[in-house]
Amino acid sequence: MKVFSFRRLTALTRIKLRSVSLRFGLAYAVLFIGSAMLFLSFIWWGTVGLIERQTEQSITSDAHLIFNALQLHKDTSLNTLINERLEQDIDDNALYLLVNKNGKRITGNLIEWPSVIKTTHSWYTILVKRVDIDNVAKVRAYDMPGGERLLIGRDMRGLTELSHMLTKVLLWVCVMIALLAFSGGLLTRRLLRRIISSISRTTSAITQGDMTRRLPVHGQDKELDAVSATVNEMLDRIARLMDGVKQVSNSIAHDLRTPLTRARNQLEEAVIHATNEDELRAVINQTIRGLDHLTNICSALLRIAQIEAGARRSAFTQFDFVAILHDIIEFYEPVAEEENLKLTHSFPETLMFFGDRTMFQQAVVNLVDNAIKFSPAGGVITLSLKVISPQPDQKSSHPQMELIVEDQGTGMTEADMARATERFFRADQARNTPGSGLGLSLVQAIVQLHGGTISLSSTNPGLRVVITAPLSLA
Amino acid sequence: MRILLVEDDPTVKSFIVRGLKEAGHSVEYADNGKDGLALATNVQFDIIILDRMLPSDVDGLHIVEALRKKNDATPVLLLSALSDVDEKVAGLQAGADDYVTKPFSFSELQARIDALVRRNRNDPQLPLTRLAIGDLEIDLLSRTAKRAGQKIDLQPREFRLLEFLMRNAGQVVTRTMLLENVWDYHFDPQTNVIDVHISRLRQKIDKPFGRPLVHTIRNAGYMLQE
Repeated sequence: MKVFSFRRLTALTRIKLRSVSLRFGLAYAVLFIGSAMLFLSFIWWGTVGLIERQTEQSITSDAHLIFNALQLHKDTSLNTLINERLEQDIDDNALYLLVNKNGKRITGNLIEWPSVIKTTHSWYTILVKRVDIDNVAKVRAYDMPGGERLLIGRDMRGLTELSHMLTKVLLWVCVMIALLAFSGGLLTRRLLRRIISSISRTTSAITQGDMTRRLPVHGQDKELDAVSATVNEMLDRIARLMDGVKQVSNSIAHDLRTPLTRARNQLEEAVIHATNEDELRAVINQTIRGLDHLTNICSALLRIAQIEAGARRSAFTQFDFVAILHDIIEFYEPVAEEENLKLTHSFPETLMFFGDRTMFQQAVVNLVDNAIKFSPAGGVITLSLKVISPQPDQKSSHPQMELIVEDQGTGMTEADMARATERFFRADQARNTPGSGLGLSLVQAIVQLHGGTISLSSTNPGLRVVITAPLSLA
Repeated sequence: MRILLVEDDPTVKSFIVRGLKEAGHSVEYADNGKDGLALATNVQFDIIILDRMLPSDVDGLHIVEALRKKNDATPVLLLSALSDVDEKVAGLQAGADDYVTKPFSFSELQARIDALVRRNRNDPQLPLTRLAIGDLEIDLLSRTAKRAGQKIDLQPREFRLLEFLMRNAGQVVTRTMLLENVWDYHFDPQTNVIDVHISRLRQKIDKPFGRPLVHTIRNAGYMLQE
């Protein structure tokens, strides 16, 4: 039974000690008591220690004086010298004892030579027998030239009393400090608990599905507010990602199931109704094209998801943005000519950019692709790139690049522009052109990964896409 | 050609095996990494096709790494459902020679196998300075092209396109292969940019000479052939 309860006790302590707030409280108390002890030992050393050192000094100087007097006045006897001193001692603090070679008492105010004192020139704090009373004293023995031995000492009664008093005071101070430390610890613990429980209440609400909850930012506590703000930022990001996931699952439900259904229906119809091999082949080929389109959609979706997860920042390098633009213009020039479109551009000589080269190639290709698709014959497509210096009111102070792709095509309505970067969104006039509705989503994901922005505006007619991004993500 | 296929999915396996056998190759296959590695190390193949992800702890990457460690330079083509650029880079860094993402068309696979085997047969010690097919020839040093003794003016990129077609003469090259090798673009544009580039090239090397050398292979790509 006893063993059992002991075990429970240790288990309880272990659990309690795992509580962070309790540990903080304890640490606070230990620190407080430790510093108080250090402070008190300084006081002790400064008072009791000082008095002891002064006593020792007074004894050695007394001995010095006696030896000097003996040398100066050869005729004066040691006996008279000591008696004179005893008479002059008003405080009754000084102790002297002179014994002869055989240890027999010659003079002094002590009854006999203390047996513990065997060596000369070393300090003793002992109980001595005085003529009138016994008390604790600090003494030191000296060998005299005549073979006698002299004991000089100082009564320590006052010091003993002082040290008793000090001990008592210090003990009380210790008790007070311990109390203070303990209550301080408790207070720290309660404070910490309150903070933590506010965080844990919010986070558990979020765990249960309430993504709208955020940690309070009071503006009273700088450090804590910083933590709360960071956690809130993280929650915002999670919420955005969750929205993305929701959007993707909606998209999968609609935009992937539709082509799947079409493929399935085509095959089923062919199985039932096809009368010869040629008809079957035609349907199968059609289905393969449909599935290829579906594959493209899957790859694009995965690519967007992967870019949004931000995993590819490690592949960032420094590259010349102008060079990839020239390549893309050269790449599209024949198509543009074929469609009777004009590709014009205004670029600086070079523009070094830090980011993912392949991604930006794809982003620009997507934009030029769109521009070509929606431009009527005779239209002009303009690509321009420049460095813009940071605006003073903007958050980032880094220079940015600005890429504009402008066409004179069908353009978009205000409402469509607002939704253009959504996954699978296709404006009504785009329904009959090939495409997946993922091109601009991909561009946006790429630009955002590089800390930039994308904005669409109308050029009446036509569309202007403006991409800005910091030259390097610092 | 002797081809080793390591692929665990039975449908994909029979699809590839059948296609390769029809093309006149002899195919050995394994459905797991351990058997695949054993075959690859003990038998000399012309090309090895590996699924990137395989059951058991030996996957496609392990096999390539093991082969390359033994200084076995047999061309390796990785098949994978992982379309990530990073995954591709990892595969090529491990020592694979090419990477085809699932799902793929058989013509794409066939074209890449041919290109790999051909590349491997060209002796790298003796770099080619001149390529010729029929009456069309290009000089890789002066970057000039001639047909029937007549000089043809080509843009730098057109020359690279022609060079790639000539290096793979007699074999199908797909649009994706052209994008990757001529433009270094690892994504597909929506518009038919490649077709337009090919048609421009035809204007220069075929049209004035009557007999066409660049052929369109339906549902697959292009081929340069006499």
